[in-house]
Amino acid sequence: MLNNQGRPTQPANNNEASSRRRETFTGNRGLQQEEGLIFEFGRAEVSGVDIDEPAQFKPRLGKFERKTPLGLPGLSEPEAVRHYVRLSQKNYSIDAGLYPLGSCTMKHNPRLNEKMARLPGFSDVHPLQPQSTVQGAIELIDELEKWLLELTGMSAVAMSPKAGAHGEACGMMAIKAAHEARGEGKSRHIVIVPDSAHGTNPATAALIGYTVRAVPARADGTVSAQAVREALGPDVAAIMLTNPNTCGLFEKEIVEIAKAVHEAGAYFYCDGANFNAIMGKVRPGDLGIDAMHINLHKTFSTPHGGGGPGAGPVVLSQALAPYAPLPVLGVDKTTLPGKSFTCLIEQEPELAGTARKPFGRMTAFHGQMGMYVRALSYMLSHGADGLKQASEDAVLNANYVRARLSDIMSLPFGDKPCMHEVLFDDKWLKDTGVTTLDFAKAMIDEGYHPMTMYFPLVVHGAMLIEPTESESLASLELFIMTLRDLAFGVLRGETERFTQAPRLAPRRRLDETAAARNPILRWTKPEAISVAAE
Amino acid sequence: MSSIRYTQDHEYIRIDGDTGTVGISDYAQQQLGDVVFVELPESGKKIGQGEQAAVVESVKAASEVYAPVAGEVIEVNGALEGEPGKVNADPAGDGWFFKIRIGDAKQLDTLMDENAYAEFLKSLG
Repeated sequence: MLNNQGRPTQPANNNEASSRRRETFTGNRGLQQEEGLIFEFGRAEVSGVDIDEPAQFKPRLGKFERKTPLGLPGLSEPEAVRHYVRLSQKNYSIDAGLYPLGSCTMKHNPRLNEKMARLPGFSDVHPLQPQSTVQGAIELIDELEKWLLELTGMSAVAMSPKAGAHGEACGMMAIKAAHEARGEGKSRHIVIVPDSAHGTNPATAALIGYTVRAVPARADGTVSAQAVREALGPDVAAIMLTNPNTCGLFEKEIVEIAKAVHEAGAYFYCDGANFNAIMGKVRPGDLGIDAMHINLHKTFSTPHGGGGPGAGPVVLSQALAPYAPLPVLGVDKTTLPGKSFTCLIEQEPELAGTARKPFGRMTAFHGQMGMYVRALSYMLSHGADGLKQASEDAVLNANYVRARLSDIMSLPFGDKPCMHEVLFDDKWLKDTGVTTLDFAKAMIDEGYHPMTMYFPLVVHGAMLIEPTESESLASLELFIMTLRDLAFGVLRGETERFTQAPRLAPRRRLDETAAARNPILRWTKPEAISVAAE
Repeated sequence: MSSIRYTQDHEYIRIDGDTGTVGISDYAQQQLGDVVFVELPESGKKIGQGEQAAVVESVKAASEVYAPVAGEVIEVNGALEGEPGKVNADPAGDGWFFKIRIGDAKQLDTLMDENAYAEFLKSLG
């Protein structure tokens, strides 16, 4: 059987699975083909392209010269094509089906976005091109900035961060710069983070040198202003809060929290991962937020995960705006006499005489141009009213799932409206012999990507479902009926359906423990295993 | 004679004279699931009560292990680095984390005895 190298695939105690007879001669299951690692079937003597032997040359690498062959697999062109096509067919994506991964917002990536991003004026530009030759691209960034500021009610935006956590780092660095400018850089060393926060929040605070002070959530899943007030003090630099929070609930006391934070001389960072639930409805600037990243790859429908690079612009309040990192947009009046055009200011001296004091820069260039084009396409094609409806539909869809499943699955905070995602816990699984993990794995057999599980950590056996606005009523119904069928299966005692799942996936239950305890991170040539330790 | 005390964070400390052996409770290991990595403190390190002393990572989550009482770490269970599964198999025995020289025996009074801990677990449902 192929693929037995480096891949512990089954729990050791899974007797049913290990004694399972090969279902087919080939190992393929219908048109679902078994695919080995490229190294397993590559042959060094084969090549898809003709490459001339290099002429005589004198190596100058000295002691860095390779001592062993590179070991690249050799493949013909059709072999290479088939390999990657087969792998791609094992992937599950938003283009293949509903992807209810809570907190990740796997929404449809409109094809119009792709069409726009492929316009040569956007796709064939280079960051080192003279700015006068990419005026359209710079104007697009300017336009996108305006939309982001309009939607958030903030003063400035740092476009360059490349993902959510990168945006968090950017926002927290702006906060640090503001405290340093006031001479309080050293005395304020604490960042308050609720215990329901995204894991990246405390990680970001710690990376930037802050100590994290946790605030527990209340029994209803939200953070109380009183608890925040008690955690505040002259040593606190900021609070990092997600709204709507990771339980899918709107933080009702957010305005009061912001007020308390500002009175204590601290700043308010909001994790904007869930902005897709409130875009067009609530402006973070009006809530008293000082910095928030926006995941273009969540809220504004640019590809997400393996499908494309993230982009996490950070909007900043008036207090933090001066510290926005380079590059910033400005007006160039000197390059072409008599003409002025929008430009990206790349150097701090060019900002002399303005209020801007950038804390540095986050990236070598200006960020993810292709994602800017897609995000702006989404905004322009939806319009202000359409964006608002997208938020409303996302919330409506999550509540529809909640309402249709709440009679059978358990809700940790009672049966009340949620925002764009609905959180179930595992109370309803108690004493059934089925865990959240088993239930999620059984969804794979039914053709669905599982929901987010065991997150947020504040809820036991959490199952976080985010359908997004992309799903039609018919699609939601099918999903709900599947979950109901599975749930009734649990209650009927069909335990094996779950504990043995997935039974129909290319790989069955992975042995995560063995993989974590004895990770095999490199493929090793089978015959070379005995000498691999050298 | 040795006795055992528990914290609300599910660490135990087995007391033997002025020495305490610290680990995580059976309940904690069940909640964590299969432990895949343990980071231990350095021998000789002085830690305060409630301060982070070790890290335990399972397939589900990473958690901090806090010192039940203040003191100096005098020995660590190096075997856990190669075989973290011992924490699951025998949390109260082979799966111990570190031994501490108890700085202030009075702090032990702030902890729960076996019965109180059992009651505490019941209250968690």
